[in-house]
Amino acid sequence: MTTTVWIILAGAVATYLSRIGGHLVLSRFNRIHPRVEAALDAVPAAVLTTLVAPAAYTGGPAELAALAVAAIVGWRGGLMTMFLVGAAVLIAGRNLF
Amino acid sequence: MFLTEEFMRGMRRSTPVILSSAPFGVLFGALAVDNGMTVGEAVLMSATVFAGASQMVGLDLFGQHVAPWLIVLSIFAVNFRHVLYSAAVGRRVPHWSSPQRAFGFFFLVDPAYAEAEARGERGLAVNFPWFMGMVIPVYIMWVLEAYVGAAFGGLIPNTYALGLDFLLPIYFLGLVLSFRMRPMWWPIVATSAITSIIAYETIGSPWHVSVGAIAGMALAAFMPIRTKEGEGV
Repeated sequence: MTTTVWIILAGAVATYLSRIGGHLVLSRFNRIHPRVEAALDAVPAAVLTTLVAPAAYTGGPAELAALAVAAIVGWRGGLMTMFLVGAAVLIAGRNLF
Repeated sequence: MFLTEEFMRGMRRSTPVILSSAPFGVLFGALAVDNGMTVGEAVLMSATVFAGASQMVGLDLFGQHVAPWLIVLSIFAVNFRHVLYSAAVGRRVPHWSSPQRAFGFFFLVDPAYAEAEARGERGLAVNFPWFMGMVIPVYIMWVLEAYVGAAFGGLIPNTYALGLDFLLPIYFLGLVLSFRMRPMWWPIVATSAITSIIAYETIGSPWHVSVGAIAGMALAAFMPIRTKEGEGV
């Protein structure tokens, strides 16, 4: 096998360990401390935000407009509508400016 | 037996995930070949790693001929957030058997985690057939997209004009918004956003994800806790 294949397989093992690891560690405890519980309840907002914030921070006008319009639409409607409107604003913005 | 009602219900949740990640999956295949991978290697990477952002980072480093162990470490660093997903979602699946967990957690990508959390929050069981129904179509499409991108990537006219690189942040914003009814949502989002931007500027990518995430979680952990069942804290 080539080095590339080995790197891919090692990367796959590392990724799998990250996906099973948190659960394996946590499941060793019978009782979860309320503060740990609160931290885990914060995971969706805390982690997913970090995937958006730097992209917004480094984005130009088209990217910021897309995120802003998507946020407004998403606040009222569903995820799919929000995504399609956001994508439309992004593509329009990038092609017009 | 597998194609139960729950499986079908899960499948319906996979459509937005597929639509938003498809351009990214194809782009990965195209860039993989640009960076010197074969079509087979590109498909192998999507099939075994199954984590878009880390695959892109891996590619970038392949192109620069960085030491192999450093590439693997970088992939792990980008994927470290899954440790948090896995710990959080584990509480929702006490009824899964060990083999189901070992198999199911392989598919714990960002949107799969968000869907599972959202379902658990609505008081519905995150059962195994439902979870599989949601992730299997996403997985199959992801692998196919890598092949399409790798084999025909040269045909994509202008990925920038099509906005392919920025579709995922828009989608992730939608996922963040879908949790806005949770306690402390605003302070957590603000803390993680500011911290991740500062970390992005100082320490650099991909560490900003872990640093920003831990800041938001720490805020939630150290806030006064509303006691359950009169339990003292």
